[in-house]
Amino acid sequence: MSLFDDKADMVDQPKNEQGLNDGNGWHAEKGLGGEERRPLGMVVSGSLTEGMEVRLDGNTSIEKVKVGTFINIQGRDLQFFGVLTDVSLNSTDPSLRLTPPDVSNPFVFDVVSGTTAYGTITVEPMLTLSNDPIEAMDGPMPSKTIPPHFSKVSTASEDDIQKIFGSEDDSHFYIGNPLDMETKLCLNIEEFIKRSNGVFGKSGTGKTFLTRLLLIGILQNGTASNLVFDMHGEYGWKGTSEGSYEVKGLKQLFSSKVAVFSLDDESSRRRGLTPDYVVRIGYDEIEPEDILILQESLGLSPVAADAANSLKRELGKHWLSKFLDLPGGDEFNELATKINVHNGALSALKNRLSRLQNFDFIDRNTGHNSFNQILQYLDRGMHVVLEFGRYGNNLAAYMLVANLLTRRIYDRYVELKELAMGDPAQEPRPLVITIEEAHKFLSPALADQTIFGNIARELRKYNVTLLIVDQRPSGIDDEVMSQLGTKIACLLDNDKDTDAVLTGVSGSRKLRAVLARLESKQQALVFGHSVPMPVVIKTRDYGTPESYKELGFKDEVEVAGQVEQDIEDLFGPGS
Amino acid sequence: MNEANGTAATTTATRLGEVIEGSTTEFRTHCYDLYAAPPLGSLVRCGDRNSIYGIVCNVSTQSIDPSRHAIPRGRDAENEDEIYQDNPQLNRLLYTQFQAVIVGYNDGETTRRYLPPFPPRIHSFVYQCESEEVRAFSESLDFLPVLLSAPIDAQDDVIASFLRIAGACHDDGREFLVNAGKALATLMAGQLPRLNNVLRRMSS
Repeated sequence: MSLFDDKADMVDQPKNEQGLNDGNGWHAEKGLGGEERRPLGMVVSGSLTEGMEVRLDGNTSIEKVKVGTFINIQGRDLQFFGVLTDVSLNSTDPSLRLTPPDVSNPFVFDVVSGTTAYGTITVEPMLTLSNDPIEAMDGPMPSKTIPPHFSKVSTASEDDIQKIFGSEDDSHFYIGNPLDMETKLCLNIEEFIKRSNGVFGKSGTGKTFLTRLLLIGILQNGTASNLVFDMHGEYGWKGTSEGSYEVKGLKQLFSSKVAVFSLDDESSRRRGLTPDYVVRIGYDEIEPEDILILQESLGLSPVAADAANSLKRELGKHWLSKFLDLPGGDEFNELATKINVHNGALSALKNRLSRLQNFDFIDRNTGHNSFNQILQYLDRGMHVVLEFGRYGNNLAAYMLVANLLTRRIYDRYVELKELAMGDPAQEPRPLVITIEEAHKFLSPALADQTIFGNIARELRKYNVTLLIVDQRPSGIDDEVMSQLGTKIACLLDNDKDTDAVLTGVSGSRKLRAVLARLESKQQALVFGHSVPMPVVIKTRDYGTPESYKELGFKDEVEVAGQVEQDIEDLFGPGS
Repeated sequence: MNEANGTAATTTATRLGEVIEGSTTEFRTHCYDLYAAPPLGSLVRCGDRNSIYGIVCNVSTQSIDPSRHAIPRGRDAENEDEIYQDNPQLNRLLYTQFQAVIVGYNDGETTRRYLPPFPPRIHSFVYQCESEEVRAFSESLDFLPVLLSAPIDAQDDVIASFLRIAGACHDDGREFLVNAGKALATLMAGQLPRLNNVLRRMSS
């Protein structure tokens, strides 16, 4: 046996009596899964609030450890799991900075590296799991203590990931891989749909891809329905990737479960898609509250927006069409006096609201049934994607429709839920509403007044939750942000946005470093109710034939084969 | 692990001289022959039973009679050897002695790399350790703290010399030296310039 093997403990690793070091240096431990724990070093100091300081082994290259890596710390009675939050260089001798050793001599360099000069990492302990198999059956618990000195630290194995995050099954959806690992990391999709959630990230960081995966997860789980307000036509039939190749949308992958509704059938037809339903909205369906949410996009003053309420009181159900039809002059002035609004303000309101006439999907018919159609599809367990076509770039149209439909869904679900209190069979199917540009709906000024604020805060009780997709989380009301169950954050580099996303998360100061250093594509920090601890993932592949197959998609040949097989099974061979 | 076996006295190890002064931490050996001391940093062993290991830390040659100093004799000599040939009495009037710092002992079963319970006896035979014995002794670097705390002059040179000699006895000498260097770096924390000096001497 070589000197190095025999004396590694004496040379660069203090002895400890717990047998944590086997005297031959750390050996990689094989978990039950394929991926092994890679030894990193040992705990030398730390606290629960500041995280554990881990001294790296002389053999571990500091360049190979990355912030955000999922870490295992082997304590005496407990295993700890945490996230690597910082990497630093240290030395045993403060004079090293002033008089560095002669590292041009390779021998001196080899000796000094890992001894006098060494690397440390900071690990934030998040979860503990008992080493006792019986106690471990309770599953991972939040970390309320820290591992002792000299505990062995390594990267987590595939087995660790599965113990903590669960393995892929009906309630666990494979969302991506931990950093530098091939292991599947799963999100508890049942927990996910119980609360409102958010996907955040700068433009082009993969929010849409992640959201599409989450929608598929919800769809495959089958507990809830999706209603997607698809601003840019990315989810329904097909989407585009950053590499500008096309990827399949939900309808292509799961045609029997997904209905595409469109506000702009011309656009749909141009793209070769026949929508399941073309949505039309009557003026009488628009409420003053819908106007309120358009305040910013239509450039209305608060007084003018408030005047809509008075108009409704004065003019009744068809207030909007009546108001828009109103000629100027005495009749107009009379109305202004009656509802006690300044002439000028009312006139401005009329001007701005007349822009709604440009939207072809709004008309004067009163018999539209779009809302009920959507609800029927949702009741049947279908998933509805509402495409906006050419209105996708018109924020006013998007907000108007999303708010209007959601408000009515809200009313309906409250009603159904109340019915269900008397008859549990009436329990409405859980619904997840996906909205983009969420900060426009949920800004601090509007969150109290719009339906989305209500849903984010409490509609969980009525089986409706939101999936918020946004690039400017700092624009969203704090109260709404704090109520989000799971947050998935892609790269954010604005301090305010980072703060907003991390509000209320333990160890947020350290997670900031992780969040700010995500790669600009395909990486995200996931934390909240549906994962036991914050973790950085590399988003699962989407867009390749293999990825579709993994998601359960069958191409025409396979479907034909399946049909033949079914016929054979039913009627016997040769039929 | 191969343990250095103290009973290796039965091997053909070169006998150098006898102990003429001993303490718990070091012993002095009077060499049988003039200039027959081992090089600085060599591992020596004294005692046939319960041998004690030392590392040569000081070598000196002087007159047997302290009141009679050596005087120059070679004004007309062609070379230095001629002086000794012309004055054969010199081999009797001068003697060589060396001091060794004690770094371990063998209790008959195991080699221990720390100070022995008793110092070596006077007139114990002193042997120069062979390459295999040096390798076995340096399998563990536990003796380094003893060596570092020994009250000897030119300590850094002694350490570097010993490690260089020991390195040559190992199959992978460089790996041995790197590990020894790392052990020294840990023990000499806060003494960076000194560590630098030792490492430079070890590598040259």
